Amino acid sequence: MHWWPRVDSWAEFWYMGGYARYVWSAYAITLIVLGVSFAGPIFRRRRIYRMLQRRAASERGQR
Amino acid sequence: MWQWFHRLGSPPHFYRLSGAMIPWLGWCCLGLMLGGLYGGLVSAPPDYQQGESYRIIFIHVPSAWMSLFVYVVMAGAGAVGLIWRMKLADVIVASAAPIGAAFTFLALVTGSIWGKPMWGTWWVWDARLTSELILLFLYLGVISLRAAIEDPRSAGRACAVLALVGVVNIPIIHYSVEWWNTLHQGPTVTRFDAPAIHMSMLVPLLIMALAFKLYFLTNLLMRARCELLERERGSAWVNALVAESG
Repeated sequence: MHWWPRVDSWAEFWYMGGYARYVWSAYAITLIVLGVSFAGPIFRRRRIYRMLQRRAASERGQR
Repeated sequence: MWQWFHRLGSPPHFYRLSGAMIPWLGWCCLGLMLGGLYGGLVSAPPDYQQGESYRIIFIHVPSAWMSLFVYVVMAGAGAVGLIWRMKLADVIVASAAPIGAAFTFLALVTGSIWGKPMWGTWWVWDARLTSELILLFLYLGVISLRAAIEDPRSAGRACAVLALVGVVNIPIIHYSVEWWNTLHQGPTVTRFDAPAIHMSMLVPLLIMALAFKLYFLTNLLMRARCELLERERGSAWVNALVAESG
């Protein structure tokens, strides 16, 4: 078990032993999918709140 | 116990409790994910056969595990909803389906990206890959079934039944690598004897798995809160929340 970086340079890290495009595309897609799925309910909740506030305001106006 | 269960099932209580839990779960998830990524990408040694390309497993395997786990949660919630008519259960089914679909999609895509340099092909119709693809269609089926049926009650029931029927696919996916001769390799971690993987690879893998599980829990609660707000609009507790927020 060791916790030190196994590479000496950033270039070596990004190079991934020649598999860079496979490794990094897999990680990029995962990041995008998880990010979109996380942002979805945040925006949806804001949208619902705005809709409910507008509805509450219009009901107050009618009375 | 039952009282606790009932309270948890009451929408305003669930809404408040989940709202308090989400930040904690989310930050724990982020911390674990960064730690797991460091371990998997920076400190773990390259594989003696696959070189650096094996690093895809640190996202592929947790995604694949979660694709099964989320399905079992969704089907379990579906069963609870059918038997006890619990409102919250259908909310969980509706919220879990898109997350499960995302994990299944990721398992398939990252596996395919790994397969290209290792197997020489993006895709083969072997038992593991095919049954996982069927899982994606099951998730998409649950999502579109809900969208297609207007009455929310019958939509909930139909989704629960579909989710329960689809459970047969779960053991098929799990045992596919043993029942059939697949190109996909057999299990490395969940073996009864010692796992066939070195500690410096196993630890980041398990950290990533835990991070993905927390991600699911956080995202599930976030989605469930939206579903609840929409379904309970006009009720006293939602009106009170809206009035508070100004």
